[in-house]
Amino acid sequence: MSIQSVMTTADIAARRRARVLAALGVLVALLVLLSLGIGPVRLSPLTVIDALFGGGSDVQQVIVREIRLPRTILGFAIGAILGLSGAALQGLLRNPLASPSLFGAPQSAAFGAVLVISLGLADVRSWALPVAAIAAAFASVFALLAVAGRNAGLLILILAGLAISSLAGAATALVMNLSSNPFVILEIAFWLLGSLEDRSFRHVVLALPFIVAGAVMLWSQRHAFRALSLGEETAQSLGVDVGRLRLSVITGVALGVGGGVAVSGSIGFIGLVAPHLMRPLIGHDPARLLIPSALTGSALLLAADIAVRVIPSTSDIKVGVLTSIIGVPFFLYLIMRERRALGGGVA
Amino acid sequence: MSPFLTAQGVGVKLAGRLVLKDISLSLSSGHLVALVGPNGAGKTTLLRALAGLVPSDGAIDVGGAALLSLSLRERARRFAYLPQRHLMHWPLPARDIVALGRYPHGATDPSRLTPGDADAVLRAMQATDVVELCDRRVTELSGGERSRVALARVLAVEAPVILADEPTSSLDPRHQFDVMRSLRAAADSGVLVIVVTHDLGLAARFADTVLVLSDGRLAAQGAPAEALSEQILGEVFRISAYRSEYQREAVIVPWAGI
Repeated sequence: MSIQSVMTTADIAARRRARVLAALGVLVALLVLLSLGIGPVRLSPLTVIDALFGGGSDVQQVIVREIRLPRTILGFAIGAILGLSGAALQGLLRNPLASPSLFGAPQSAAFGAVLVISLGLADVRSWALPVAAIAAAFASVFALLAVAGRNAGLLILILAGLAISSLAGAATALVMNLSSNPFVILEIAFWLLGSLEDRSFRHVVLALPFIVAGAVMLWSQRHAFRALSLGEETAQSLGVDVGRLRLSVITGVALGVGGGVAVSGSIGFIGLVAPHLMRPLIGHDPARLLIPSALTGSALLLAADIAVRVIPSTSDIKVGVLTSIIGVPFFLYLIMRERRALGGGVA
Repeated sequence: MSPFLTAQGVGVKLAGRLVLKDISLSLSSGHLVALVGPNGAGKTTLLRALAGLVPSDGAIDVGGAALLSLSLRERARRFAYLPQRHLMHWPLPARDIVALGRYPHGATDPSRLTPGDADAVLRAMQATDVVELCDRRVTELSGGERSRVALARVLAVEAPVILADEPTSSLDPRHQFDVMRSLRAAADSGVLVIVVTHDLGLAARFADTVLVLSDGRLAAQGAPAEALSEQILGEVFRISAYRSEYQREAVIVPWAGI
């Protein structure tokens, strides 16, 4: 076999990845148009594009640009950061079952936000909310990796994640328990379910900078994930600063997930599902999975957010509920598939 | 020839325990050095200390530069490190794993190698005879195939020093020879190769120099026949061995415990 043939097969794989990426881009664009068009007033994609760029009636412009655009932007951005965080955590821990929600990051972020709301430190539109959510998410991921240690097996990670998300859940419940105002409790309870409804550009401004910063941080580490597939020690011997990498990933995930949770409540399982959907198409290279996982995350959350508007029901279904309802059975399926590795007790 | 890698009074403390004490070495390019010693003697720790993967006291110089003055990437270009277990966590094609050997040279994306990097990858794959495996997923390879891919990754660095931790363990005799021959060829081309092994026979057969570690100290160093003397085998390994010579190479076969 010659150098040419060695490189040709690599080229074929690269072309395939480019096609998948293009298809994902088209899918996300269609979902964005759909998301802008669906609601109490249904608008055709052409009307949506028209209204988006200043055409159409005033009412149509207000509906598309002020009511639905923030929601769609948040759906896109939060879905993307969840997918990216999932892929990054799976790369860091070299484990296909890693994800922010299994490790209690969104739950902890929600606790941080709830604490700030119930203490009356801030209303739901202030900067204190994302900052508290990010701090809590950072603490949770940091604690998880500290408890699990280096080269942790799957069992330890899942158990530590279970403990941390239970703790965050209990702490959130305690805050609600101690709260004297029943309206605040109700508001928090609904907010916890996770939703993109009635979000304004104020919310976009609150969340987007953190999400972008987190995404940039995770993306900047992509090549290190690839070297890490040989284990931490070998990655270090190849010139990867593993300590810095871990800190970057924890910070990136905390920034992105914390920023997202602060405006949407907790939306789970997108980070777990997105990389799995991409592996059969893109391959297992953790660096190459990042962008496709982010786009898949966007597509999943946009689709779920469209679904909650379309599914007929007496009261609103929250998008966070829907992603969990779909995500948890998928997680069970993954466990079944990985049963052999899990049974062996090694990751 | 001036030594390429020197260590002066190197000590390593792990979890409060002194694992290596006052190790001094000077090793030259083009040599294959076998590092032997009983379990827990500190062989792996010494290898990691030389590569700068664990902090150590004392001074280590490589190619005329102090190890501590080098950045992680500069170290990575000087030392190619083959760990004991060939961890490969994702089912990546073997080609991509070997291409990771070019990571210290800035080739972080295996699908965008410069012609120079691609040549180095191909040379390494040819040297270990894994070109045919390049599209196979590493997780589906046999133990022998995986160890050859891992070795190719190390050769692809084209570093002046190769540190290999038990590269022949869990391999059948034929694959053990293949691996040792590849490392011997690297040494003959001017690389300093340091191999940790429990196989005293292989050490005697392939190494120019043998370092014997015992309880964190260097108990002996020299040509195989001297370093693995009857006295050292008795004191350090607590074994007796059948000793002979065949085709002007030392033959040492561990025979009984004493």
